Amino acid sequence: MTATTPVAQIRVPTRTAGSELRAIKIVWQRDLIRFFNDRLRMVTSLVQPFLFLFVLGSGLSRLTQGGTGGLSLRTFLYPGILAMAVLFTAMFSAASIVWDREFGFLREMLVAPVRRSSIVVGKCLGGATVAAFQGVIVIAIAGLVDVPYAPTLILAVFGIQLLLAFTITTFGVMMAARVSQMQSFMALTQMLVLPLYFLSGSMFPASNLPTWLTVLNRIDPLTYAVDPMRRVVFDHLSLTPAVRARLDPGITWNGWRVPTLVEIGVVAVIGLIMLAVAIAEFSSTE
Amino acid sequence: MTQPAVSVAGLVKSYGDFDAVRGIDLTIDSGETFGFLGPNGAGKSTTISMLCTLITPTGGTARVAGHDVVHERDEVRRNIGLVFQDTTLDGYLSAERNLRLHAELYGIPRAVVDGRLRQVLEMVDLWDRRGSKVATFSGGMKRRLEIARGLMHSPRVLFLDEPTVGLDPQTRSSIWSYIRELKQAEDITIFLTTHYMDEAEYCDRIAIMDHGKIIALDTPAALKASVGKDRVQITTDDDAAAIAALDARFGLAATVAEGAVTFAVEQGEQFVPKLFAEFPLPIKAVNVSRPTLDDVFMSYTGKTIRDAETTTAQRGRETMQRFRGAGR
Repeated sequence: MTATTPVAQIRVPTRTAGSELRAIKIVWQRDLIRFFNDRLRMVTSLVQPFLFLFVLGSGLSRLTQGGTGGLSLRTFLYPGILAMAVLFTAMFSAASIVWDREFGFLREMLVAPVRRSSIVVGKCLGGATVAAFQGVIVIAIAGLVDVPYAPTLILAVFGIQLLLAFTITTFGVMMAARVSQMQSFMALTQMLVLPLYFLSGSMFPASNLPTWLTVLNRIDPLTYAVDPMRRVVFDHLSLTPAVRARLDPGITWNGWRVPTLVEIGVVAVIGLIMLAVAIAEFSSTE
Repeated sequence: MTQPAVSVAGLVKSYGDFDAVRGIDLTIDSGETFGFLGPNGAGKSTTISMLCTLITPTGGTARVAGHDVVHERDEVRRNIGLVFQDTTLDGYLSAERNLRLHAELYGIPRAVVDGRLRQVLEMVDLWDRRGSKVATFSGGMKRRLEIARGLMHSPRVLFLDEPTVGLDPQTRSSIWSYIRELKQAEDITIFLTTHYMDEAEYCDRIAIMDHGKIIALDTPAALKASVGKDRVQITTDDDAAAIAALDARFGLAATVAEGAVTFAVEQGEQFVPKLFAEFPLPIKAVNVSRPTLDDVFMSYTGKTIRDAETTTAQRGRETMQRFRGAGR
């Protein structure tokens, strides 16, 4: 066999920033390869957003015609759906770390001579990319709900989706560090995802709500992604100022209207904090 | 290379009250095939995990490929290959992609990846299947692929934790022929654990482990020579009476192992006629065997490796029952 061929002796070089980047890249790439190999998953994770948009949106519009000031309920719901598609896919991507643990592959990554943080960052970026790709599909259907395909709108929405996808994946990865079984992880996500979604104001304007709901809404990180998303979309619709003010009231903290950039900052900071926690958790496990 | 591949001094691992490994000293030379032998639960896997930097020792020191396993974790990891008991491959990816992923994680210089990939895949006869998804592979193929992957970065020490567990005998022996070929092709030290006695004979030296301690360490031949005697097993209706009779008439210390009265004598074949002539009880069956590593294990622990596993399993069950009882 190969006993006669000369042996290619390889000495693995010492750790450098470059080798860490290679590790991040390959962990990221693996998520992408697996996502594009799994067409079924691409379809199934779009089912729920489309159900909310078309079934719920069309059905409920029969009750709310007066309330939306002439705006179709589907169009009103659309910014929330842009966030929802990302939410589900990002959670699912994070779940793959639990699979990896169950099937042993996580071990192969954790014993490699690279920092744990590189593995975690690669994983979070991978999940974010996959989720943002799913978000692009939802951007593509804008025409169906009478939202124009304006380049600034597409870019702004995609940017917010990417950031949201990163934060949600990080949240999922942080939880996955503690949960070793897929079933428990799935139950946990079920328990968290829908409340996060409902409380975020993606299905209603977040003003003049009962106090308890206002408090929960302001705590929900998703609120700070849905609100800018809605502003970006509504900027490209022709709405009367009265309708705009009622449907897009913005988020206030104690009467202070939170600017868009601060909202985006909130999502980013939460993401970075959870990334730090996730790295710490994975570094402390054996 | 004059530096030992592995050197261990006073290595201890405790989990609360339970001492999984209780003070191990060990030196393995470069190029050796070293076997860790013992029943399940003897502390083999815990020891190997400490050497691979997967768990932190409670006490003692260990150096692998010249690096300390606690303070130079990355250096150790860069110089070792690992094949675990359970598969750690990505079943959704092809064999080739699994290896490339490994190459990226270990930072193998890009220029050599292709050549090395082909070399290790040919070594385990999987070059033709490199494009297939790992999920379609048999257990033996997966194990071979894991060995190939463990070799990708030319480690100085290859750790194989139960490399043949769960495989059928034919696949087991084929894995062993790959390991032997590998020894000829590469300058490598192999450290493996097994609880199959016959596999331990492939090793240059063996350490026998029981209850977290090394109870014997030598070449297979020397260990067998240390037993020196043949093993005789007889089946009778009354084992207790048979043991008493052996002691009274021949001065032999016998025990019951694997359901038969077992004792060791020199030149067993010549002893059997004498046994039949002088033994007071009816003998239903007799079996004489040359010393094996199993006898070595028995001479040091007073039980065969299979019996040791049964008692370990029983202990586990009893503990579980106590737990359940306490819960009620």
